[in-house]
Amino acid sequence: MSVALKDLAKVLRSKNSGPFQITVDVLFDDISKYERVVKANIFTEENICKLYNIKKEDICNIVFFDRAMGIKVTTNRKVSSGTCGDRDVYGAQQHAPLLDVLIP
Amino acid sequence: MINSIKILSPCGILGYGFPTDSFDRGIEMKPDAIIVDAGSTDAGPHKLGANVAIVSKTACKKDLVRLILGAKKLNIPLIIGSSGGSGGKVHVAWTLEIIDEIVRENDLYDMKQAVVYADIDKSEILERLKKGEVEPLGTNVPQLDEKIINSTNGVVAQMGIEPIIKAIKTGSQIIVCGRAYDPAIFAAFAVNKGFDLALSYHLGKILECGALCCDPGTTKDCMMGELFKNYFDVFSTNSERTCSPVSVAAHTFYEKDHPYLLHGPGIIQDLSECEFKKITDNKVRISGSQIESTDPYRIKLEGARRVAYRTFVIAGVRDPLLIEKIEQVEDMVKDSVATQYSEIASRRYKIAFYNYGKNGVMGELETNNSVSHELGVMFEVIAETQELASAICASVRSTFMHFGYEGRKSTSGNLAFPFAPSDVEFGPVFEFSVYHLMSVDDPSALFPIQIRSTSK
Repeated sequence: MSVALKDLAKVLRSKNSGPFQITVDVLFDDISKYERVVKANIFTEENICKLYNIKKEDICNIVFFDRAMGIKVTTNRKVSSGTCGDRDVYGAQQHAPLLDVLIP
Repeated sequence: MINSIKILSPCGILGYGFPTDSFDRGIEMKPDAIIVDAGSTDAGPHKLGANVAIVSKTACKKDLVRLILGAKKLNIPLIIGSSGGSGGKVHVAWTLEIIDEIVRENDLYDMKQAVVYADIDKSEILERLKKGEVEPLGTNVPQLDEKIINSTNGVVAQMGIEPIIKAIKTGSQIIVCGRAYDPAIFAAFAVNKGFDLALSYHLGKILECGALCCDPGTTKDCMMGELFKNYFDVFSTNSERTCSPVSVAAHTFYEKDHPYLLHGPGIIQDLSECEFKKITDNKVRISGSQIESTDPYRIKLEGARRVAYRTFVIAGVRDPLLIEKIEQVEDMVKDSVATQYSEIASRRYKIAFYNYGKNGVMGELETNNSVSHELGVMFEVIAETQELASAICASVRSTFMHFGYEGRKSTSGNLAFPFAPSDVEFGPVFEFSVYHLMSVDDPSALFPIQIRSTSK
């Protein structure tokens, strides 16, 4: 049965990584949950582009860190933090589209 | 060489506060230094551009008085990084004023003080730019040019451990640093005591956020690090906060673009081979951190400039007839304002709408099409002067309020304003105009040290 990512991850958050990037962290407290998500292969450039309406060249990193049971996705901001047209100065609410992604 | 050193980090940002009990327990454990980071670029370019601090003077003083008295009691150094938040000379001066007050109020004139400045001369940047030694930090950061540099308010650079070690060697007890790479203030103290560079930096990376690597994590509580030859331990001095291998390992993710490769001044930390071992429920032992020096040695420049002025309005919309065509109506309002002010070229101002309840947070990145039964509508006008922004904004507000869109029933008004007056003059808007790496020959040369004392 599929489960939403928010029900498997212990932490799912976003934040600025400097004023020109936003980074999303998906952290787990259980190796089987982490491996299930990694195996689901949803953290691909294609899926991130679709979820966030962005282009491939705006993705800086998608990294899996097994030792820390975490996944990191870093993307370029369209507008740098805190200037005209920015909607999220700290980048703290950009994780939400991932919460309901279904994991087989 | 000594076997181990202990460093007490009271909180993640000086001025965020910490429980006195936690701090007192930390002091009882006799740390070798109290070290605190005061900086962040998280709150946007305004703090650096407008020369203001990120915490109130009251909050900073409330923390600082306890730290200074703690350092005095144990006769150990207190090191402050990125003073005043942005770490420019104005922010450093703001911090020094608070220190002077504390010194006078507590008769601490014998505490020797050193300041390490992080302001970078524009002429230095221009010269290095011409030599091709300045590059954008990120593919979406614009190239620097003379015009941008000259319109930038002031430029700071994140210092590495080298100038801080020099300041420590002056024998000063209170060391006030301008902009510094957050972990560097911790690493400088440890490296100066003869400890491993990689472990020292990794310890700094964890301690600079206070107790954020704990569970529950917070920047508003104290964290202790004890560094040995081949490993280090971290724990909160508040025993109610546990600390596990997972919570500490996961912390390396925080606010960085990569989970285990971390770039700093002249270094790259590689934490991919780290071991995190549980010692007790609230103590974790870390080993295996690696680091490489980079050639050339590069420092990160940060600068902000004023780009415009803003006036904005917040209103609510509850009428479903308007909600269903909100963006269409907003476009027509924009066009109508342009016609009403045809004598003002439309490139001199920018009107933007933010529809909360639809896509207010994510804008064009939003892929969820559902819409709430009521919307919070915020609109702003950005212009080259405050007066122009306010004039255009007033026109947007009155036009929007009474706009006769097709199918409208509510002919007496479209917007619910929560406040009177509705139009808010925000003041200047800044942007990060400099976010670049610059090669330097000497890691210390651009960060001058000044020895000072508080006058009676």
